[in-house]
Amino acid sequence: MSEARLMQGNEACAEGAMAAGVNFFGGYPITPSTEIAEIMAKELPALGGTFIQMEDEIAGIAVVLGAALGGRKALTATSGPGFSLKQELIGYGCIAEIPIVIANVQRLGPATGQPTSPAQGDVMQARWGTHGDHPMIALSPWNVRESFDVAVMAVNYAERFRTPVIILLDEVVGHMREKVVLPKAEDIEIYPRRKPSCTREEGYKPYTPMADLVPNPADFGTGHHIHVTGLVHDETGFPTGSAQVTEDTIKRLHEKISRVQEQITHYDEFFMEDAEYAVLAYGGTARTAYAAVELARKQGIKVGMVRLMTIWPFADKIVKKVAKKVKKILVPEMNYGQLVLEVERAAAGQATVISLPKYNTEIFTPQEISTAIEELAAEVVK
Amino acid sequence: MRSYEKYFRMNRLPHIWCPGCGNGIIMKSIAKAAEQLGLDQDNTVIVSGIGCSSRASGYMNFDTLHTAHGRAIPFATGIKLANPKLKVIVITGDGDCTAIGGNHFIHGARRNIDLTVVLFNNNIYGMTGGQASPLTPTGKKATTAPFGSVDTAFDPCKLAKAAGASYIARGTAFHAKPLVDLIAQGISNNGFSLVEAITQCPISYGRRNKMGDAAGMLKWMSESAVPLTAYEKLAEDQKGDKFPIGILYQKTAPEYSAEYAKVIKLAQEGK
Repeated sequence: MSEARLMQGNEACAEGAMAAGVNFFGGYPITPSTEIAEIMAKELPALGGTFIQMEDEIAGIAVVLGAALGGRKALTATSGPGFSLKQELIGYGCIAEIPIVIANVQRLGPATGQPTSPAQGDVMQARWGTHGDHPMIALSPWNVRESFDVAVMAVNYAERFRTPVIILLDEVVGHMREKVVLPKAEDIEIYPRRKPSCTREEGYKPYTPMADLVPNPADFGTGHHIHVTGLVHDETGFPTGSAQVTEDTIKRLHEKISRVQEQITHYDEFFMEDAEYAVLAYGGTARTAYAAVELARKQGIKVGMVRLMTIWPFADKIVKKVAKKVKKILVPEMNYGQLVLEVERAAAGQATVISLPKYNTEIFTPQEISTAIEELAAEVVK
Repeated sequence: MRSYEKYFRMNRLPHIWCPGCGNGIIMKSIAKAAEQLGLDQDNTVIVSGIGCSSRASGYMNFDTLHTAHGRAIPFATGIKLANPKLKVIVITGDGDCTAIGGNHFIHGARRNIDLTVVLFNNNIYGMTGGQASPLTPTGKKATTAPFGSVDTAFDPCKLAKAAGASYIARGTAFHAKPLVDLIAQGISNNGFSLVEAITQCPISYGRRNKMGDAAGMLKWMSESAVPLTAYEKLAEDQKGDKFPIGILYQKTAPEYSAEYAKVIKLAQEGK
């Protein structure tokens, strides 16, 4: 596996998931994510894994939730309209604490929108799409090689925190082909399925949180006779109407993620040492932003860049630090302006935050972003 | 202790169902079918949707899964494919299975995956207080059909047959003993099995439609349900609102998880 290969982002995502132990895929065809399903259909059986094409997007996530409870590491893949349909069951995975991964290769919406055109319009939906309060982990790769790493990471985080994890690809990264060298299997760290801490006879309660606030519900078919429900439940797994248990559960679900927020916040900084301005970008847009920052640097503008891989939970601390250092933060996104709202919130007035939205099916050119950098730098001179 | 009690989580009882509800009879029939077959509790999973009947999963002593509204069958499909040695029984209601879950129901049948679906049919949405379901007969009243339902009801057994199910049976809460056998045979069938179990909802259906109390509704079942062979001999004008019970259809057909195991074998040999 160590030789160079030419592959697509979607392909790298599928390969990464399998490398991390995914042995079940259920889904429904939708552009621009379908390659992930096609690769899984072809590759999984030889690994002893299972692929199933379901009757609709909702069944596509229901079947992976079932498979995960049955002991498999499970992935589904979709795009905008399908991501909308999956939202209820993403919340089911959150409260029932079922480890699954959802790859959402974003396309331009709303509705059927522009089916084969790139966008980053599902950033807020990834965070808030399902009803009710819940934590969320969403990771967005910016190149093909990283699509592999992000898939591995997503599977591991799902298992470690027993929660759905979203891979926010975009059509640019999903369909782009690059030469990559993938890591050797023995160099990939895999987080194993969490195991029950004791037996039924010893008083096992499937939803008792461990020290890391994550419970260890047993896989079905292992003799523990557990009950899993989307209702609020206590440590036994059975529903309860208790106000206290409800409050404690929702708090714990959030805290099991927030307590490790720094560990799971992945990002890059470029040219930030002497930066007076910063560009904050993610996914396919970050590639263009990097080229734009290089162009602006050549013109003597002291601009740096922050590239977020972890979109949710949001990198508050990183943005706060950057906001203290620079005068202005430019946020280019292939949407009407979504993550910029979080950047503004975290910057809390320490720096001026400027949105550079694009939502017309075309990707940014480096010139568009470098021009915006020049403009914000020029305004200060005035 | 009754012999089938081990199939219940006795500490979760009594159940939440209304006085007179037939769901307990159907649930007990599942437990007695498990007893009849000597089902291994460690290797049997009960999966349910949302609604009155779907609360049964919590009372039964197996690995149990109370899913989202309408989605029991695709969750169950994932469990079965993840670990094909598991016996998977789906508990669902008429709204759960044939309205919001209708698509999953026909596709489960089409795959002939080894699931046994016990459809608790009380002809109404009970949990939400008596709205019309796709199995509410035309003309019957519901809170959302105050002048009588203008919809035509599905026959879930015919639907399952057309979609590809390999075992289809219908029983009632009145015919409790034969229902145990019908469920047991469904579980034994290696493929998609549907057991439609007619159950009474005196509170939200019977009362509104002047069908009497629980006893009155059971009497209605005893008079309306006719064994299939006898039903087939009835002239069309004698059928009225009578319906056939018993095993309605059976066939031998390839089972999905076994077919997929062949795919795995082929792929692995091809390497």
